[in-house]
Amino acid sequence: MEQKTKVTAEDGKQDLMITREFDLPVELLFKAHTDPELIEQWMSNPYATSKLLKFEGKKHGSYQQQSTDANGKVVFSASGVFHDIIPNKKIIRTFEMENAPLGVQLEILNFEKLDDHKSKLTTHTIYESGVLRDQQLKMPFAQGLSMAHDRMQEIVSKLK
Amino acid sequence: MNLRRDVFQAIADPTRRAILLLVASQAMTAGAIASNFDTARPTVSKHLQILTECELLGQKQNGREIYYHLNAKNMKEVANFIEPFRKMWDDRYNKLEEVMKKYKPKK
Repeated sequence: MEQKTKVTAEDGKQDLMITREFDLPVELLFKAHTDPELIEQWMSNPYATSKLLKFEGKKHGSYQQQSTDANGKVVFSASGVFHDIIPNKKIIRTFEMENAPLGVQLEILNFEKLDDHKSKLTTHTIYESGVLRDQQLKMPFAQGLSMAHDRMQEIVSKLK
Repeated sequence: MNLRRDVFQAIADPTRRAILLLVASQAMTAGAIASNFDTARPTVSKHLQILTECELLGQKQNGREIYYHLNAKNMKEVANFIEPFRKMWDDRYNKLEEVMKKYKPKK
């Protein structure tokens, strides 16, 4: 199957690019990034519910987000400020995950109209260093490993 | 987090990457591997030890010699280490698309 989302992270650099084409008009793609209710919907998954504790979607505004698991335990929290928001074109914001030694990131989101029904999002993320970028890239990989490990332990402990 | 030794640390070193490339084509003894590098033999041995601990290399005894071979399965996993990160965003964006296709603007 074709991979719709692409991640480019060049060796020895401290940034990465995420690109994705959507079957959505650019206005809706942009709306999905500036309407707190919509963000909460698409950022949530079967394992974690995403909440925006604060969201001022405007120049010099700030945001605070949190994800909780099925038991209400906070599994993720992050915050940042909007440096600039240009409707249907661009969002420049910072992002910092709490309780994770990854530093602050600068995110530049470019929204592009391809035709009336298609659009493209390019997210350029700049980290404080290449080492921090690589750590971030490895996180889902490491989490995957540790989740598989936890699941295995869970199954094994039930066997006893 | 300590995943045995960190496999990412292991492949971050250029000599270790070169060793992996070398044994990718055929299993080799430590001596044969070392002969490809200017570095001292004990240094190469240390690299081989790290790669073996990370299970990127496997060892097989053949007579009096120990041959090192590439553990292809584990290498594949490491080569794809960006994949879970990509997948995470792919899943999120699929959800975004799904949410927005159902979205009806409030008038």
